[in-house]
Amino acid sequence: MKHAIMFLMIVLAGFAFLSVAVAADTVNIYSSRQEHLIKPLLDEFREETGIDYRLLTGQGPALLERLRSEGRNSPADVLITVDVGNLVAAKQAGVLQPVDSDVLNRNVPAHYRDDEGYWYGLSARSRIIYYARDRVDPERIATYESLADAALEYGVCVRSSSNIYNQSLMASMIAHHGEEKALEWAQGLVDNFARRPQDNDTGQIRAVAAGECDVAIANSYYYGRLMDSDRSADQQVVERVALVWPNQEDRGAHMNLSGAGVTTSASNIEGAVRLIEFLSEQSAQAFYAAENNEYPVNPAVEPTGAVREMGEFTPDGLNLSDIEKYNARALQLMDRAGWR
Amino acid sequence: MRAWTLILWSIAAVVAAPVAVVLAYLVIPAGDVWAHLAATVLPGYIANSLVLMFGVGAGTLVLGVGCAWFVTMTQFPGRRFFEWALIMPLAVPAYVVAFTYTGLLEYSGPVQSLLRDLFGWQSRAEYWFPQIRSLPGAVTMMTLVFYPYVYMLTRAAFLEQSVSVLEAARTLGRSAGSTFYSVALPLARPSIAAGLALALMETLNDFGTVQFFAVDTFVTGIYRTWMGLGEPGVAAQLGSVLMLFILALILLERFSRKGKMTHAVGAYRSIPRYPLSRPAAAGVFMLCAVPVFFGFILPVTAMIVWTVQTLDFVDTRFFSMAATSLYLSGITALVAVAAALLLAYGHRLRPGGLNAAAVRLASMGYAVPGAVIALGIMIPFAALDNVVDDFARRYFDYSIGLLLTGTWTALIFAYVVRFLAVSFNTVESSMAKVTASMDGASRTLGMSPSKTLLRVYTPIMRPSILTAAVLVFVDVMKELPATFMMRPFGLQTLAIRSYELASDGLLRESSSSSLAIVAAGIIPVIILSTMIAGSRPGSRKEKKTTDAMECEHDA
Repeated sequence: MKHAIMFLMIVLAGFAFLSVAVAADTVNIYSSRQEHLIKPLLDEFREETGIDYRLLTGQGPALLERLRSEGRNSPADVLITVDVGNLVAAKQAGVLQPVDSDVLNRNVPAHYRDDEGYWYGLSARSRIIYYARDRVDPERIATYESLADAALEYGVCVRSSSNIYNQSLMASMIAHHGEEKALEWAQGLVDNFARRPQDNDTGQIRAVAAGECDVAIANSYYYGRLMDSDRSADQQVVERVALVWPNQEDRGAHMNLSGAGVTTSASNIEGAVRLIEFLSEQSAQAFYAAENNEYPVNPAVEPTGAVREMGEFTPDGLNLSDIEKYNARALQLMDRAGWR
Repeated sequence: MRAWTLILWSIAAVVAAPVAVVLAYLVIPAGDVWAHLAATVLPGYIANSLVLMFGVGAGTLVLGVGCAWFVTMTQFPGRRFFEWALIMPLAVPAYVVAFTYTGLLEYSGPVQSLLRDLFGWQSRAEYWFPQIRSLPGAVTMMTLVFYPYVYMLTRAAFLEQSVSVLEAARTLGRSAGSTFYSVALPLARPSIAAGLALALMETLNDFGTVQFFAVDTFVTGIYRTWMGLGEPGVAAQLGSVLMLFILALILLERFSRKGKMTHAVGAYRSIPRYPLSRPAAAGVFMLCAVPVFFGFILPVTAMIVWTVQTLDFVDTRFFSMAATSLYLSGITALVAVAAALLLAYGHRLRPGGLNAAAVRLASMGYAVPGAVIALGIMIPFAALDNVVDDFARRYFDYSIGLLLTGTWTALIFAYVVRFLAVSFNTVESSMAKVTASMDGASRTLGMSPSKTLLRVYTPIMRPSILTAAVLVFVDVMKELPATFMMRPFGLQTLAIRSYELASDGLLRESSSSSLAIVAAGIIPVIILSTMIAGSRPGSRKEKKTTDAMECEHDA
């Protein structure tokens, strides 16, 4: 009995002292970008700079909550997210610190970074409209607003409102039209749903190809992934589904960003800034374009492959900070509209 | 004797602390967020959770109790196979089954593709096919993998029943069916209830499956409130409500058990199995074959095929992830079972209202969703870490980093809080087997309470202790939300990898990680299965049991 307790205590103590020894030339990263999509870049960073890294992946809000509760002793140096909403929230929560870097100011255009340098966008994507080539008139679905039209004869698919991309889209509706109109839009959209919101963005595009719905809203890079795929099922989806850049006649297509910021608690600020700078340089930017079919924020880097094939478009020029402040409100309105 | 009260309360206090933090949020006014939830989404959360609960409850009872009875008490072809095979789905996490069936049954999956080829359909609009991502789909998935909880505990109870009682019923003119309903079932009721409670708690806490299937339950609501609305406090309040609801269920079960007969007589011999007629045997065979096939054989086969097709996702990192998962699970199982034993025994030695409350408090974590526990641990632990680190900085001018949240400690603590109820329920219901006269004999012969625990209780309860350990082990292997939130740097488990890939739509690519979870989970499940078969006092398998147990220790 006593031995058992002693043993347990030794085991527990052992863990307590397996403390994280933080080496000076290591950058600790909290990332909501999935490991397999960022690790190649980080390995390249290590090779090029000799700075090692440690990576913790998780969902954006969970990482934010963690940063908040760990306070100034947080081991994190850099926060990377796949949506600008969580970066704005992180700035508001006081877990990011401003960075002034000539490299970043040169590589990242002003509308893709925070005014005060708390966060920098690293790749851009648009939330666009997909349709079935064989049965949908693209003229009828040229804007986000048109999808909520009571006279629309097409079934619309979109994923759950829990998804931050939909929250950002809804936030942009609030920013452009005000709460009341935005709620009406969401209600109209829900009325046109072909099915209960489910699955991820790729699933929406596939559902159009499968005939479960006629029109879908999803991020741009998912289509690029399907175009790049060598599976015949994916090729069939691309054959059957085309895309529309929304609102080209007025404000432009809604944009979102992946990005990064240096944490308030960072013990390796220099390494952290180096990492973000590295991610904004041409080779990393080209990786975003080539591997994940996103739009490089660095104007010196051209979109490649599938991204280029998807064509040129006008993005929504409204500052993302001005959109994202409506995120929490957006979710409440979507709840009220019955968008699950 | 005072020491036992102290042990009891220490464990309870440590384990209940996160639960207390979560509950503390109940008294913090939430304002209009509650009103918003109640007016919009909350009714749906509650309705879906209830349907899920009743569906899975009914399903697991039928499959679990039915199979346990036939496998233990009757003779039919394949019985010895089903004896252990029926436990196998326990090794498969609900979300993994959900991924696999989605992969199989979705539009581009093999089933629908085959149908389209056969009938020349071009599009989904041309034919009807059941929607796997739905509430009935979720009920089916969870029933398929949660019924072993009921099966295992019920079967253990049937095996522990004295054959003389059953024979007495037969002698008094009862048929096999009537013996089952009026004798075996009531006797096994505490175990059935414990198994059902486990299955239902798993159901109410499940996140992966319902999230993937787009079914809004209480738990997805908790996540959504926290993640989407950015209201961790309100999320913790939802968690508190859910916890109180589950607590009410448990109390109801305990209350209804009062005044029922429990049985412990020393006369045992091997069970004479009822022979079954040919059609009856076929029916029983089907009953047992369905959950084994759909809960294990089919999904595992699909995962194997997909793993082979996506072999480049299996690399050396894979084995380090597997080791991490095994290590975390093993340590947690050890700690959780030791704590459960101490709790149950301490409570037995020092019963009483206050101590009973302490024990209940300590085993409440299972009713709390993993992420809410994580929240309840992260907040106080981070504060403690920060205090300690500040102290070190001030007096030694040296930062020692985050000792608790930066290491495995916090994570394992979360697991123990979450799964102590699993080990405790099992250990406690088996402790009833040790009669007061055994206690008395041991103590009269000069054994101290702790020696009595080690030399009398532990051997008698060995099968249940191992059952408890394996249940915790497998649960930790599958655990997702708490791991996600609390894992320190560099810690990557198989479950996280599998979920990340699947939620990204890479269902086939996720199957290698899923398969590894299942594979790691199978070994203890097999050992456990042998245990239960050999656990019947007087069984000729006694020797085998000891061997298998030593394997377990080595593992």
